Amino acid sequence: MSPRDYDVTVIGGGLHGLSAALHLARAGRRVVVLEKSWVGRHASGATAAGVRTLGRDLAEVPVSLEAMEMWHRIGGIVDGDCGFHAHGQIRVAEFEEQMPALLQRAETMRKLGYQHEEIIDRAELQRLVPALSKHCFGALIVRTDGAADPHKTLAAFRRSCEAAGVTIIEGCGVEVIERRGANWLVRCSGERCFSAPVVVNAAGAWAGKLASLFGDEIELGYKASMMIATERLEPLLEPVVSVVGRALSFKQAGQGTLVIGGGLQGSADLDAQRSFVNFTELAKGARAATDLFPAVRDVRIARSWAGMEAKTRDLVPVVGPSPNAPGVFHAFGFSGHGFQLVPVVGAIICDLVVKGGTSRQISGFKPERLMASRQAA
Amino acid sequence: MSEVDLLIVGAGPAGMAAAVTARQNGLDVLVIDDQPAPGGQIWRSVETVAATKRGALLGEAYAAGQASAAAFRASGAVYEPGSQLWQIEPGFRAFVTRDRQARVIKARAVILATGAQERPAPFPGWTLPGVLTVGAAQILLKNAGEIPEKPVWIAGSGPLPLLYMTQLLKAGGRVAGYLDTTPKGRLMAALPHLPGALGAMGDLLKGLGWKAALKRAGVPVVKHVAEIEAVGTDKVEQLRYRTANGREAIVSAEVVLVHEGVVPSIHPPLALGCKVEWSDVQACYVPVLDSWGESSQDYVFVAGDGAGIAGAKAAELRGHIAALRAAVKLGRLGEGAADERAAPLRSSLGRELALRPFLDTLFAPRPQVFAPPDETIVCRCEEVSAQEIRDLVKLGRPGPNQVKAFTRAGMGPCQGRQCGYTITHILAQAENRPPGEVGFYRVRPPLKPVTLGELASLDQQEPVA
Repeated sequence: MSPRDYDVTVIGGGLHGLSAALHLARAGRRVVVLEKSWVGRHASGATAAGVRTLGRDLAEVPVSLEAMEMWHRIGGIVDGDCGFHAHGQIRVAEFEEQMPALLQRAETMRKLGYQHEEIIDRAELQRLVPALSKHCFGALIVRTDGAADPHKTLAAFRRSCEAAGVTIIEGCGVEVIERRGANWLVRCSGERCFSAPVVVNAAGAWAGKLASLFGDEIELGYKASMMIATERLEPLLEPVVSVVGRALSFKQAGQGTLVIGGGLQGSADLDAQRSFVNFTELAKGARAATDLFPAVRDVRIARSWAGMEAKTRDLVPVVGPSPNAPGVFHAFGFSGHGFQLVPVVGAIICDLVVKGGTSRQISGFKPERLMASRQAA
Repeated sequence: MSEVDLLIVGAGPAGMAAAVTARQNGLDVLVIDDQPAPGGQIWRSVETVAATKRGALLGEAYAAGQASAAAFRASGAVYEPGSQLWQIEPGFRAFVTRDRQARVIKARAVILATGAQERPAPFPGWTLPGVLTVGAAQILLKNAGEIPEKPVWIAGSGPLPLLYMTQLLKAGGRVAGYLDTTPKGRLMAALPHLPGALGAMGDLLKGLGWKAALKRAGVPVVKHVAEIEAVGTDKVEQLRYRTANGREAIVSAEVVLVHEGVVPSIHPPLALGCKVEWSDVQACYVPVLDSWGESSQDYVFVAGDGAGIAGAKAAELRGHIAALRAAVKLGRLGEGAADERAAPLRSSLGRELALRPFLDTLFAPRPQVFAPPDETIVCRCEEVSAQEIRDLVKLGRPGPNQVKAFTRAGMGPCQGRQCGYTITHILAQAENRPPGEVGFYRVRPPLKPVTLGELASLDQQEPVA
């Protein structure tokens, strides 16, 4: 079968793949997105969808702040509001002895010229989150942070991609990569073939495997972060709450369900594309939730799941050109906190493809840092 | 963590029988069940009710449960009623809540005897208060002798509405009318299966007896009802129906009971990764099982109606058979001895199953059950309409899990038990492919809603370093 010609082949129909495809299509490129299952099947559909600048790795802060500015006008970027609400993200110190670490963080950020993270005391914490247990001492907050709805976000990005002329092909797993002149020939299941000079690797938990097909051996682990969603309840809290020293992220979604995560790990079988919840482990999250929000003890859990996602050694993503394969760009390894970065990473990939470089600060995201034999930058 | 040879989930006919046989073969057995007493749905509260006046009106088949419950009590199996099983991990680790305390039970083999559920049959207005299933009404009758004050309308098909009406009339209740939704021509279609069914003639005659009793009581019967709608603002006030001939009527109604057959409870086997296959004749998934009831997962057995709808007698036989094999696999019984003991059980089971093609054909659900009008709420938990599901088909050929992500259908506490098959059928029709190919929701734990406090109690009990 003769290959179909595109300017860019994006591999991976998660949010990062869609965002890259959207920006590239708007820049006039003919883009195809190849997705082995269906759009948003794994991490993008399993995410808690926190939109958080709070507590970011310093390497991520500049792009995260830009992404936040984009989230606040997301309805102008994609077709839909993505269910985004900016009710703040709060990192709670339950006990006084946990405060110095938060104060230290606030001080570091201020010295670097960032104003968004702010210390609040017990009274302000109680005012913002009345349902929180009274024993909590203080917190670090970003008031303009928030959360979105993962499925609305997927639908909005997908609609916008299609409106911009992106071809999305689901059920299309990559099998073989071949170099043909200046193009990359991507052979997929069902004898389908796609040819383009540029490939974007946004394959999530499977991105390391894909990178190696292009000669990039990138050290990559994975996460299977577990989540709990409860039955619907009356409004309980607005901000997203996390806690120092515990694996807990706690929020109430628009439809009233509590969405509880925090990075507790289940297990995964990447080849089978299956993940498993470990309830003995998840009990810690429930314990943290009921300790911090005593009113939720009798709330019923409706479902739980584990999402599969690539994890890097330093928990900072891989975003940048392949050192070994011309025209290949990586965007993966978000290590469980890539959702907020979606709008800006697409713009970065677009810069790299269209302009050959970007003015955005991505030096900390180079793939070379995770490769055994580093290439000259 | 407690550890047993065999964990049996469910104390209905299958679970109780399995426990008796497993104990006879020296297995260490734990039976958990969410009800307060043994019997399952069919023999609910049988130990306390069978000997009473209410027991008498529930009939002979109900009373038969008393002996089974007594044998189960005497078996030496550890029995924990009032226990909710909400997760089984391979290995096996079963997560159970009892008295608001969660715990983990280790087991070497598992028999799932979790029975059946009534087939969800959505129609406009089915979510209104006052609309219930016949099964739910029968539970109220069995447990508490509760009889609806006002005459009830009953709409549906199959043996259960007939049985329930007979019991209700005997108990002093009143039936406003029976809308029989069995389509025209079903009897003719079923007749070729009759010779096979003759072995179980007794049950067929029982069914005829129920019909005669209704006639004697002067219950109005409307045949071949194709469409129903419950009308009302805060609760059901009227029932509208339309027959296959196009005859329409509106009647006032305060209680509407519906029933369109039962389907196996497949969530537990799905959660354990057991293979299931589509049954065209019963219009549902059934677990793929070998001749002992063992699933595609080693050491996981399914017995009773969960293995395919066949009734209480078949459930008991399947329970005994599965327990024999479990005893073989756990080294307590030789293969030859198991074969020998299974032989008479299997021939009895064969006679019970011979009745099914006749009944399944006679009571195959009317097509409207699977094609609710656009305005019908399909997912009750998240309030998603049939229209919303049909609109999605324009996106391509979505499967149930994509529909779930887009609409939230199936995300609520019932875990898709109320909407799963409807979604599968709507997609199959709209995409013009067989339901078996469309598939079913991926089942996400917990199997039963467990509270955050209960899950948290697990952490206190088992601190993990």
